[in-house]
Amino acid sequence: MLARNPWQRLARGHPSRRPKRAAPQDEAIVCSAKKSLILRCPRAFARASKDGCILGAAIAALAFATDARAQESLAPYAVVGDGIPASLTGVPGDPARGRAIVANRQVGLCILCHSGPFPEIRLQGDLAPDLRGAGRRWSEAQLRLRIVDTRRLNPDSIMPPYYRIDGLERVAAAWRGKPILTAAQIEDVVAYLLTLRDGP
Amino acid sequence: MTAFPREAFPRLRGEKRRPALAAAAAFLFALPAFAADIPLPDRRSGYAFMGPDTRAMQDDDTQNPATLAVLEGEALWARKAGAAGRACADCHGDARESMTGAAARYPRFDDASAGPIDLEGRIMQCRARRQEAPPLARESRELLALSAFVARQSRGLPVADAVAADARLAPFLERGRALFRRRQGQIALSCAQCHDDNWGKSLAGNAIPQAHPTGYPLYRLEWQSVGSLQRRLRNCMIGMRAEPYAYGAPEYLDLALYLAWRARGMTMEAPAVRP
Ligand code: HEC
Ligand code: HEC
Repeated sequence: MLARNPWQRLARGHPSRRPKRAAPQDEAIVCSAKKSLILRCPRAFARASKDGCILGAAIAALAFATDARAQESLAPYAVVGDGIPASLTGVPGDPARGRAIVANRQVGLCILCHSGPFPEIRLQGDLAPDLRGAGRRWSEAQLRLRIVDTRRLNPDSIMPPYYRIDGLERVAAAWRGKPILTAAQIEDVVAYLLTLRDGP
Repeated sequence: MTAFPREAFPRLRGEKRRPALAAAAAFLFALPAFAADIPLPDRRSGYAFMGPDTRAMQDDDTQNPATLAVLEGEALWARKAGAAGRACADCHGDARESMTGAAARYPRFDDASAGPIDLEGRIMQCRARRQEAPPLARESRELLALSAFVARQSRGLPVADAVAADARLAPFLERGRALFRRRQGQIALSCAQCHDDNWGKSLAGNAIPQAHPTGYPLYRLEWQSVGSLQRRLRNCMIGMRAEPYAYGAPEYLDLALYLAWRARGMTMEAPAVRP
């Protein structure tokens, strides 16, 4: 009996995917604790963690990549409180495309860990909460930050940071300098999650 | 795969879900979470997470495809090779006696490299130094056959605590532990987050085992071949979208040492079968 093995397929996917926008290097991080704005700094993370503000010691202990060029391929975004209110692309995402991303274990990877309303998918994960009802439990801004980089909220989370290319170790060559999902894909995923109003 | 009944396994840690309101607190006061070791009595071989068909395949030598490698290894053991014109058997005699428990003591400290050496590495070393034969590559058919044959002689025996036996290994054990707990790759997960914190859960239908090295080398249905522990570790790194180390790299040896220590006292089952 040959087991279908999603875990090994995780590595395959779309190595050629690149974020559409080459954005300037500014990253704004609002520290909700101090209500201060740590702004326009490729090393905003490192600085923020020195402030003891954003990142827990677990993450701060990681060596942060300081390659500003790598950072440049990410669209800038501002964290306000526990969310990212503004669309990463400036336009709303498409829920149908978002569902396809979430349901695809090589692209979204979501159902490796989560389950959700996907009757056509036999094998779903149970490492994480069911996605049903996510759009009721969380606001658009909260969902966006959870996909972009949930570790800003919970440094111990096992959920991958989908829109982050610094502070990672030994990323395989095919993925280096690329976020797991592009800004447009993240907007699609957020739009889809917002439709998930029923459930637990 | 049939999911293994999770009730059978006491969970190491509770669900790690945090309610939204706690997030703000986590934001401020998050402390490093160090995965706790799996309590010794809760340890389970990867075998425990397999379905009945795969177990049956491992249990019966005539069904276990790795048996072919064992038989090939037995033949190689007796075959003279290299400039020295010596077979393994010329130095070690009958492997059924001389190699009993040998695999259960690896990785061990190697004077030549002043670090840990795994069973495959030792076989490669004997081949080069004592047989003066052309080197065997990692994952080559011959090396897998010889290591499967030698490892077979430890089946049913407990994994030795190599570090307790040789304190020189202690710093390498710590390095292995640190590697095991380091987040790596694009998805930024550590080995420990899956294998210490979430074992027994389903990764899209795949049971996450505890990552014990007791069955290697083994036959994997996914590979349709026999492979080493390093190949397995490489697979997990590729899954993490991390750059795998080169075969034989010190990182793999440190990890293998840590995994063996973590499995100390567990039963050797090589060559096993895995999905
Ligand atoms: C490797 C595991 C993993 C993957 C892959 C993953 N998540 Fe998560 N996710 C989690 C965990 C665990 C939580 C629970 C909160 C925490 O620990 O951070 C979570 C929480 C969430 C939440 C909040 C759930 C709730 O309602 O409480 C949402 C929404 C979410 N994830 C969406 C996604 C989407 C969409 C994807 C893919 C694009 C994804 N996750 C991929 C592990 C994962
Ligand atoms: C996201 C989860 C995940 C991470 C991270 C991970 N693994 Fe695994 N590992 C698995 C799964 C699932 C299997 C079972 C085989 C499979 O499905 O590919 C496995 C199998 C193994 C096995 C084989 C156990 C057996 O019984 O044969 C070992 C050893 C192992 N992993 C070690 C590691 C090491 C060392 C690391 C870090 C370098 C690591 N794993 C990272 C999920 C993971």
